[in-house]
Amino acid sequence: MIEITSMNDMWLTLLLTLDATLRLSTPLVLAAMAGLFSERSGVVDIGLEGKMLAACFASATIAHFTGSPWLALLAAVAVSLGLALVHGFATITHKGDQIVSGVALNILVSGLTIILGLTWFRQGGQTPALTGEGRFVTLDLPGSELLHSVPLLGPLYKELISGHNILVYLAFALVPLVWWVLFRTRFGLRLRAVGENPKAVDTAGISVNALRYKAVMIGGVLCGIAGTYIAIAHNAQFTRDMTAGAGYIALAALIFGKWRPLTVLVACLLFGFLQAFAMRIEGVDLPVIGSIPVQIIEAVPYILTVILLAGFIGKAIPPKAVGRPYVKER
Amino acid sequence: MQSTLLNKMVKGLSLALVTSAVSLSAMAADVAPAVVYSDAGKFDKSFSEAVWNNGVKRFMDETGIEVKEAEPTNLAQVEQYLKRLAKRGHSPIVAVGFSQANAVSAAAAAYPDAQFTLIDMVVPEPNVQNVVFKEHEGSFLVGVLAAMKSESNVVGFVGGMDIPLISRFGCGYEQGAKYQSADITVLQNMTGSTPAAFGNPSKGAELTRTQMEGGADVIFAAAGGTGNGVYQAAADAGKYAIGVDSNQNHLHPGTMLTSMVKRVGEATYQSYKAAQNGTWAPGVQVMGLAEGGVDWAIDEHNRGLVSAQMEARVNDVKAKIIAGEIVVHDYMSDNACSY
Repeated sequence: MIEITSMNDMWLTLLLTLDATLRLSTPLVLAAMAGLFSERSGVVDIGLEGKMLAACFASATIAHFTGSPWLALLAAVAVSLGLALVHGFATITHKGDQIVSGVALNILVSGLTIILGLTWFRQGGQTPALTGEGRFVTLDLPGSELLHSVPLLGPLYKELISGHNILVYLAFALVPLVWWVLFRTRFGLRLRAVGENPKAVDTAGISVNALRYKAVMIGGVLCGIAGTYIAIAHNAQFTRDMTAGAGYIALAALIFGKWRPLTVLVACLLFGFLQAFAMRIEGVDLPVIGSIPVQIIEAVPYILTVILLAGFIGKAIPPKAVGRPYVKER
Repeated sequence: MQSTLLNKMVKGLSLALVTSAVSLSAMAADVAPAVVYSDAGKFDKSFSEAVWNNGVKRFMDETGIEVKEAEPTNLAQVEQYLKRLAKRGHSPIVAVGFSQANAVSAAAAAYPDAQFTLIDMVVPEPNVQNVVFKEHEGSFLVGVLAAMKSESNVVGFVGGMDIPLISRFGCGYEQGAKYQSADITVLQNMTGSTPAAFGNPSKGAELTRTQMEGGADVIFAAAGGTGNGVYQAAADAGKYAIGVDSNQNHLHPGTMLTSMVKRVGEATYQSYKAAQNGTWAPGVQVMGLAEGGVDWAIDEHNRGLVSAQMEARVNDVKAKIIAGEIVVHDYMSDNACSY
């Protein structure tokens, strides 16, 4: 699709593909970090998709009415947090099945957003398209025009590093922070312990439920940011089921990254890159192999995850107590 | 105890509804028309809304006959709605969209006395009228316009789900662009291979950005809700986009070059009108440029983007297609874009 005529063009094509990779990876990174907190504490979170979708709807709605992306972000985080608490209430307080609760949230949100959208806006379940100020706009970092003429590094700075919206930078800055919280703080140690051996934590006099609630709530906040990004930064309105499986891809990345922040980040970038690559490779005749059906590239994240789970690429060992509600012995 | 009481109440209620429907149809010149919108919803700014505005509403305003409307929110509800409407004596029932074909097939077999009009797809039942459109002819026109407007000599097409119906748009567009400018590059992408591809604006925007990076400066979307992402991305970059189905010129005035409109509302109106006059007939109706079934849209929102010379050229090509001087290849005739 893109004719490559010289080294410089090739470099630019690569940069633009990586640029798209960053845009497409951002919601995956945020959702995967949300899942990481939740699952590290022992609560499976299959409801990432639903929480993001609810956040999409909330942010697009509030941005439409107020014209402020920050208020929209706040509303999205609040809604997503509310859903996370529902998940927590069902699975932590009432020891319900975590998968069932998560799936129920996904179905509830998918239907509810459409119904509310239809009644409020009468646009087929969409919210009205936002203009300029209601969105998170791209930021041009200082000096991007100045450095543009510098060979190789100039374009790298201008195309790849500069020109994203603030949520993209936030998502990637978050990863080292998550690592630090999880592996260098007392809270992180306890959180990991509660996902491995809740009984030991309980015996030490620390509340298992309180820790798990905290983890699930952090997940809710992150999903809220992810949804806001999808609806009012990457797009300019809510459309039905607009998350389009990003929550499930994030879960796959979480497993593929073996529940560790930095490797999960790499998995998210890989999956984002595959999506960006699939768009560019569609209909292009490659030497020797001919054109690759896009469907194959789109299926790669899932295939890789299955191969990983089958034990071909090292071992993915989930937190030991994940999926099991903690019941005190009496 | 409580449940049997409830059952009785429901039965009584549905009986009352049936009788009221029967008496209504008897009053209104023997037609009790109905419509089942696509699952994108009645006010989708596109396909279903055109059925409502130019078909259902127009018929109700003109005749005073009430059209019973059903708005499914997912595909599973469509067959239930069709059967329920047929059971209550509604006829003709317009089913909007290719995805309702299976449901129409089942409902038409179950209620052979009811008349169904299916838009965008063909099912071979004796009581179904099928209205299909020559999307390739309309797409050819907007392809000609795109090629004239393009400064880079690269134009793009973003399709929704990868099915022959959508390839028909892309193939017609490509032919039109090449007719205008033989050496033009037409970049084409499909959004996906499931119905979700009609509702993925993020991916639509990304595909558009990719095509713009490849030099495209006019992008035509035939992708339902995904198109919103396409139009937004084009507007953000100051490039041009072409809408589809309804006249979408108003969505981003200044960057929406035109829209390839399908007169689905007209088809709906004609179906009701024919039933009222007793001339409704099953079979396949093909609506192209000549029948006014497809067209390109020019209004106050895109007037400034289309020069008088462009307008004359497109209308000239349109006349040639109607006269048969230009034959646009239909992708669905051989499942290939060979022309």
